[in-house]
Amino acid sequence: MIERIQNLLHSDQMGKWVRPFFTQVLIVLLAFVLGGFVILGIGADPIAAYAALIKSAFGNVNSIAETLVKACPLLLAGLAITLAFRAEFWNIGAEGQLYMGGVLAAVVGIYFTGLPPAVHIPLALIAGVLGGAIAGFIPVILKAKLRVNEVITTLMLNYIIILFTSYLDQGPMSDPIIKAGISRRLLETSWIPIMIKGTRFHWGIPLALLITILIAFLLSKTMLGFQIRAVGENARAARVAGVSINKTIIWTMILSGALAGLAGGIEISGVQHRLIERFSPGYGFLAIAVALVGRLSPIGVIFSSVLFAALIAGADTMQRVAGVPIPVVYLIEGLVIIFASIRSIRIRSPFRRKVTA
Amino acid sequence: MANTTGVAVKMVNITKSFGSVLADDQVNFELLHGEIHGLLGENGAGKTTLMNILYGLHQPDSGEIIIQGEKKEISSPHKAVEEGIGMVHQHFMQIPTLTVIDNVILGLESLNSFKLNRARARERLVQISKIYGLQVDPDACIWQLSIGDRQRVEILKALYREVKILILDEPTSVLTPQETTELFHTIRKLVDAGLSVVFITHKLEEAMSITDRVTVLRDGKVVATRKTQDTNKAELACFMVGREVLFRLKREPYEDKQKYEVLRVENLTVKSDRGSLAVRDVTFNVQSGEIVGIAGVDGNGQTELVQALTGLRHVQGGSFWVDGVNLTNASPREILEHKVGHIPEEQNDALVANFTLIENLMLNRHYTDEFSKCGILDQGKMESRSRELIRQYDVKASSEKAIARTLSGGNKQKLIVAREIARDPRLLVAAHPTRGVDIGAEESIRNLLLEKRRQGGAILLVSTKLDEVLSLSDRILVMEKGRIVGEVTREEADIEKIGLLMAGTRTTT
Repeated sequence: MIERIQNLLHSDQMGKWVRPFFTQVLIVLLAFVLGGFVILGIGADPIAAYAALIKSAFGNVNSIAETLVKACPLLLAGLAITLAFRAEFWNIGAEGQLYMGGVLAAVVGIYFTGLPPAVHIPLALIAGVLGGAIAGFIPVILKAKLRVNEVITTLMLNYIIILFTSYLDQGPMSDPIIKAGISRRLLETSWIPIMIKGTRFHWGIPLALLITILIAFLLSKTMLGFQIRAVGENARAARVAGVSINKTIIWTMILSGALAGLAGGIEISGVQHRLIERFSPGYGFLAIAVALVGRLSPIGVIFSSVLFAALIAGADTMQRVAGVPIPVVYLIEGLVIIFASIRSIRIRSPFRRKVTA
Repeated sequence: MANTTGVAVKMVNITKSFGSVLADDQVNFELLHGEIHGLLGENGAGKTTLMNILYGLHQPDSGEIIIQGEKKEISSPHKAVEEGIGMVHQHFMQIPTLTVIDNVILGLESLNSFKLNRARARERLVQISKIYGLQVDPDACIWQLSIGDRQRVEILKALYREVKILILDEPTSVLTPQETTELFHTIRKLVDAGLSVVFITHKLEEAMSITDRVTVLRDGKVVATRKTQDTNKAELACFMVGREVLFRLKREPYEDKQKYEVLRVENLTVKSDRGSLAVRDVTFNVQSGEIVGIAGVDGNGQTELVQALTGLRHVQGGSFWVDGVNLTNASPREILEHKVGHIPEEQNDALVANFTLIENLMLNRHYTDEFSKCGILDQGKMESRSRELIRQYDVKASSEKAIARTLSGGNKQKLIVAREIARDPRLLVAAHPTRGVDIGAEESIRNLLLEKRRQGGAILLVSTKLDEVLSLSDRILVMEKGRIVGEVTREEADIEKIGLLMAGTRTTT
């Protein structure tokens, strides 16, 4: 028996998944311990604070549902980042891609009338996927054709798309009655049904999990995944071996944008049911942290998305119950990111491109 | 030439190894006062390592350094400067956004007196540049300067620190011919002013024209030290590449009645990264069952030629065909699919260090029907095929799932050769296939190439190791400054003749 466990511990699977998983968990715990000292430093009780955090994030069915509702967009956008970063394409634009997905899903949900839910829901989500994919395609085609630095284009596109959403909400799509940066309600035929009655837990969440598994499969078992990893690890060797770098990053970013777009689509048709100005509290940016803490592994991203969702969900309670100001929660979030990232990425700056010495 | 009496620096029995690679082996080197001493050798001969030791960047495993008759430990570049030794590297150590003057005084001035001394420093710098004729605008930012100017800044940096010995590491490799002439003027002025200069190069012409004495290194050993006036290019070429040619390899003839042309290259012209013509109007062919070797001093267009033939570099003019198919400016994959194998000159361009051996072996064929269906990889097949290849080509690894990074240099190279040869290419482009590997791996790789030839494969072999080219090739083309300056068959191959061609002395053929 002991021998079998030992064999298991030394097997390749073990080396690849289990050990990094536990180190990552330890690192996160360490960040919380350090955060605990900060809480102690401001005169609050860290144990009470963390208890409040856990209780408000996982205390009952409803709070678990709420945490997972927040984890869903983080998971999908985190996968978007994971895919792009694995190809060393520094996509900082998941937020914009998520908004674009939300916009198109809302358009389908509001203006496509007379469709049965079985058609309307998938159509709205596909529109979301499409919106994200388009937003992801723009920077990658600029990179492939003109060598434009993707950090700048993806980052700037965020603002363009977010402000475009605001324009739609103020102008063409604004609700004729409320008129306050909010669109009309999506038709009920386009709403993703609730899975657990009395909560907001919708069918989009299991869908996101299914997609996570598909992405894990894509990365490890398919041609495209292999090429994504090869280009990310050593683009020159990939090129010498006949892998087209441009083609690979283009597909990567179409998929990456699509995932972020789906996150936006699900958020609109599963949770908010309206296109609201600034409907995302920065999920697309937080997704970068989610992806890094998840060590750019789809399965790891499941855990880190729940972790960050719990921090969001519990922040208010920590303030209310334990007297810990919300900024301290952000501080803990920051600690987790710093601690976890140190080991999860190779330090390689996206800005370091050879300029001829 | 100023006074050439007295020894400035003596390096005695210097040995330095990096891992299993012996970079310098019992090297003795002597620099006289006021001389320009050329340090000549191929890439990897140990020239730069030797001088990095003198400059305190590396510590020797054994041996000693004697400066002005006193034994010294040079533990850091800072210490070297204190001993009056300065070095200008191939890659300049400068901060592009700072001005010339700031770069020169960087690391010298203490912070509290920084502002105060800057004006004085500027004055001194201007004075120094006047004395040596090194004109650079002291207030210009580095990024605004040409490469030649930047090099002058490096020299000024050393002079500002009052060095007596200046080491120049391949200083002309980045310069235009005009800038080179200027540099040579500067070097002569420095020597007239009493400095001693070590001039590292692999270009014979330069060694002949600027130096007073030359020391030739090969494979980490000193081959000879000569007064420049007592030697000539041909002799130096022989020293550089070595006389002992391995004829121990078994060369079984390829006995197919029908030899046909596999690679045809016509008037090929290719530009370098810097935009100058690297390959000029090159025409040749390679037939089945034939190894054509390209000899030449490194940097004469071989790299660019190989990159053009493998689709990695844009062809400016001319064309090439493989088995009659025009593949000029085709993508790397198209070329690959026309059964062209490629052993790149840099190992890092062939292997993904963090991938397993399986993934590396499958890098250029994972997409074929054999290993993937509808875009999904057949892991089982990839694994079993990899296991076969690793066994067949005797790659020493713990398992096919080992990470490539963990392999020794020789085994990594064998893995690359295995990958390329096992695809059964019609044409194999092998660039420095044995660079940096141990003798055992070297021999097995050479034998693999010969076996491939016996089976009727066409091989284009690029190597700076003349013994390798001579012992493997059926025909040898010599490249110099982007042109093929001569062709010799195996029978008439003569090291002196090839050495002369490499050195740029054209024969009329």
